[in-house]
Amino acid sequence: MTIRCEIVSQDRTVFERDVDIVVIPGTDGEMGILGNHSPLLSTIRLGVIKVRYEGVEELFTITGGLVEVQPHIVTILADAAENVEEIDLSRAEEARQRAAQRLEEGIPADTDAYLAAEAALRRSSLRLDAARRLGRTRARRTEYPASQGTGDTGT
Amino acid sequence: MANAREVKIRIRSVKNIAQVTRALQAVSASRVRKAMEAVEGTRPYATKAWQVLTHIAGQPGRNSLHPLLTERAQVNNVLVVLVSGDRGLAGPYNTNVMRFAREHFRNFEATVSYVAVGRKGAELLFRRGEKVMAQFTDMPPEPSFSDVSPVGRIVVDDFLEGKADEVYLVYTDFVNMISQVPTLKKLLPLEFDTSEGLVQSGFSPASSGPAAAYTYEPGQVEILDQIVPRFTALQIYQALLESFASEHAARMVAMKNATDNATDLAGALTLEYNKVRQQTVTNEMLDIAGGAEALAQAA
Repeated sequence: MTIRCEIVSQDRTVFERDVDIVVIPGTDGEMGILGNHSPLLSTIRLGVIKVRYEGVEELFTITGGLVEVQPHIVTILADAAENVEEIDLSRAEEARQRAAQRLEEGIPADTDAYLAAEAALRRSSLRLDAARRLGRTRARRTEYPASQGTGDTGT
Repeated sequence: MANAREVKIRIRSVKNIAQVTRALQAVSASRVRKAMEAVEGTRPYATKAWQVLTHIAGQPGRNSLHPLLTERAQVNNVLVVLVSGDRGLAGPYNTNVMRFAREHFRNFEATVSYVAVGRKGAELLFRRGEKVMAQFTDMPPEPSFSDVSPVGRIVVDDFLEGKADEVYLVYTDFVNMISQVPTLKKLLPLEFDTSEGLVQSGFSPASSGPAAAYTYEPGQVEILDQIVPRFTALQIYQALLESFASEHAARMVAMKNATDNATDLAGALTLEYNKVRQQTVTNEMLDIAGGAEALAQAA
């Protein structure tokens, strides 16, 4: 039983296909959505969306948004979403340092600039974490190639 | 008749102008396409967000639901977001949209103030003595959503704080290359055609029968808090992209006319130059002939 998953941000469609499971960082906790889920509307917090199909797992960072679940379709309205594979590690690291540095310069808290820097730091740390996590999974897979490609979707 | 050198200089400058206008025309042509593609990219989110909104608004007791959806009994202050261009040389594009906005709000009982997106619009409004609360200029040629979200935030904040009781959006709708129409849209409070009776929610014809009730996490209000400001900003973003397409289309037409005119003028001037040159040659010949004649007679 698959479920259609669409991830759209304001300016483009990020992901669209039938999947086995979608794991979403909802504001009230993580939830895994399978086919035939009951209708649900929920907000999403900053985190990582996981989708799995045909034995493949894809990760997307999301900075917040909204999800609408219907029995046959999950629609994620993202503020900003990105496939973790597209993340450039060195650029993300740079961005994180820049944000951290700006915070250390001691902008008065409670100003827009401070909040912006803080948000930037959170975003870039999230991207880094996600990218590293993906990198690790990849490494493990290549170490034990036997565990891969059995065509077994159920994990 | 002017002398040949002067005419030649004019021909050169007219040809230079034609070259510049031709280049501007080409740039605008490609930008129109890009802007229209970007508009297409916003469609999925907009459609989906609209469905969710109408769905929630369709629930009973919507007026008590959320301040951003609630009509105010008395409208004292109106805020207008006016989208125009940063630059001129676009034919009547900037004046048209500004005039459209002013004509529409001229007879409003409420105080009207503006948020200007685009330098030209801000300048024109200032000159007419309108109240401009904020202006956003120097949008990048290919704006992203984050370039526009501050505009959306100002608008939503002003509305929630009661500084504005209604918010409108005025922009130029891109119909096609030769037609762009100034358009008015009401941003806040959000208005629904509730007769649509959403819950059919498309996409899954399989789930027929009475639609199952939704679970809300954490709650309807929080969800609306999230989605309404974003939807408002998205509408502004779409309007900006439409306006960009319109601006470039208008500029393309204006520049095409300029190029055509310059080419015509260069042609006319070349004709004149040839006449002048011919005249000079004829005069010189006459002089020489006359001189020779005089010499011959003297001999």
